[in-house]
Amino acid sequence: MSTRSLTKDTMPLGAPGVRRSRLSRRAVRWTQTVVLAVVALAWVYPLLWILSASVKDAMGIFSSGLSLWPESWHWDNYARAWSDAGFDRYMLNTIIITVATVMIVVVRCAAAGYVIARFRFLGRRLLVGVLAATMFIPTGLFIVPVVELTDLMGLLNTHVGLILALSGSGHVAAVLLYAGFFSRVPKELEEAAVMDGAGFLRTFFRIMLPLSGPITSTVVVLTFLATWNNFFLPLVFTFSVPENRTLAVGMLAFEGTNSTDWSGLAAAASLSLLPILVLFLALQRHFVEGIAGAVKN
Amino acid sequence: MTATLTQRNLRHGTAAGSSASKGPVHRRLSPWVYAFLVPTVLLFGLYTVWPSLSSVFYSMLDWRGLGTDRSFTGLTNYERALADPLFWRSVGVTLLIIAVTVPVRVALALVLAIMLNNPRLPLARLLRTAFFIPVVATTAIIGIVMGFVLDPSSGPVNALLELIGISPVDFLGSSDTALWSVMGVHIWKWMGITMIYWLAALQTVPVTLYEAAELDGAGAWGRFAHITMPLLVPFTVIIGLLTVVETMQIFDLVLTMTGGGPYFSTMVTEVYIYDQAFAAANPNLGYAATLGVLFGVVTVLLVGSLLLISRTLRARKEVLA
Repeated sequence: MSTRSLTKDTMPLGAPGVRRSRLSRRAVRWTQTVVLAVVALAWVYPLLWILSASVKDAMGIFSSGLSLWPESWHWDNYARAWSDAGFDRYMLNTIIITVATVMIVVVRCAAAGYVIARFRFLGRRLLVGVLAATMFIPTGLFIVPVVELTDLMGLLNTHVGLILALSGSGHVAAVLLYAGFFSRVPKELEEAAVMDGAGFLRTFFRIMLPLSGPITSTVVVLTFLATWNNFFLPLVFTFSVPENRTLAVGMLAFEGTNSTDWSGLAAAASLSLLPILVLFLALQRHFVEGIAGAVKN
Repeated sequence: MTATLTQRNLRHGTAAGSSASKGPVHRRLSPWVYAFLVPTVLLFGLYTVWPSLSSVFYSMLDWRGLGTDRSFTGLTNYERALADPLFWRSVGVTLLIIAVTVPVRVALALVLAIMLNNPRLPLARLLRTAFFIPVVATTAIIGIVMGFVLDPSSGPVNALLELIGISPVDFLGSSDTALWSVMGVHIWKWMGITMIYWLAALQTVPVTLYEAAELDGAGAWGRFAHITMPLLVPFTVIIGLLTVVETMQIFDLVLTMTGGGPYFSTMVTEVYIYDQAFAAANPNLGYAATLGVLFGVVTVLLVGSLLLISRTLRARKEVLA
């Protein structure tokens, strides 16, 4: 193994066996790291700047320009966003909606993935075909009927209506992930279970579902991310019920009504972003594996 | 699996066993099989399949808002849409964003991924995390915050420009710069996901190949040109397509950063649909559905033609090889 890097020297090294010295290779690697580190710092800088602006006062934001360190700390910005602007409520809404959606998606996708992988039922091909065909439907195409459907069911101004819409539309990838996993589980396992007299449900819940732990964690993490960050549906579903807003929709409302309260805005943004960022840092491996899976499959 | 052992099954001697294998459809299946499908069929049918189909019906209505009277108008909405300069403009803006940001993202992310894929690079994991963090941040909130980061009078970006001696730029307030600013933020936000795609692709390249090439005296560039690139070609198509499809739906960022303005310079189709359905002075749900259907058609055409192009290229390569 050597440095797999795009170094400037594109000259071939000539005769086989001629190696660049260890020292120069290490130097190249460190130079790369330094360059990348500068770029990476610029990459996270806007987020850091928002965090720092959330503890400055309006004057401090204006005068400190690029500096990340506040001259004086103003935690009252957080109090303003949390209780006065209603972000305590928005946070609770977002948590309820996200957790419920994730639970529904995992249960329905695991169940569907299992029977698609293991059984030849009527309409199996049609179902898989329809799932695959609807994978890339833009939200703009179905937003109007979804709103009307929810309105007809009398759920337009409720959490339930939004949760159903969020867990109903999409998540095709999750079904296919489960189906792919269950189709690779050796059949002998189930046959042994049947021999022991386990029924359909027991086989699924005692053997198959526990086996699918890695897939479940991927689906949980990706669905959580997509739902927590969703904006189009919650925006349209909470027009007439401000108290049901999620964090992202609440941010837009806050910007609309307090456009001059920049430190409050920064605090509200920090409050809204921190949970998902901390969760990502804690579960980084699952996020990355889940996303990488999209390419590998 | 556990097929109910009916008389017929017994006569035919099919015992309960594995079934996904070559079992014909008329084998009796446990009712649980269908029960397991109910939630997905129901939710998916209600919230994805039915809306896609009913959009076509709604698109032929004059329908001013939820709960109001609707009248059938045939193809009037389509005539209006095809003659609507704002609709065409929105499609153009969406395609321009794709044409600019997708190649930039795919290429830059590849360079990053190749550097960060080196296991001996110090701090590689930390650097990956840094590039990935914006991906996780809520897009709508990033959009709102960027209005503030790019502010001409006190945002940090203009503070930096001032340091270099450039007079402040009203990034989002001028129709010359707003679209480019949105594209810049979009690339910044989503670069990390494309990088992860490439890292996954690079994992598939066997290390032994590089070792062999090194023994043969290939330099870094030689290894890249003769091993990495050829093996990554099929992934380029997948990653490019994924990125195009993601970019078609650039609703959150545009709505929060600019709302489609100034002077419609950043009006992408999804924002225009939203605008016509819920935000315009006189909303028209029927017309919004028409725009949605047309946008769906544009998406299918674009993805389909990209797939065709990549197939033709591959076929030609095979002929040459």
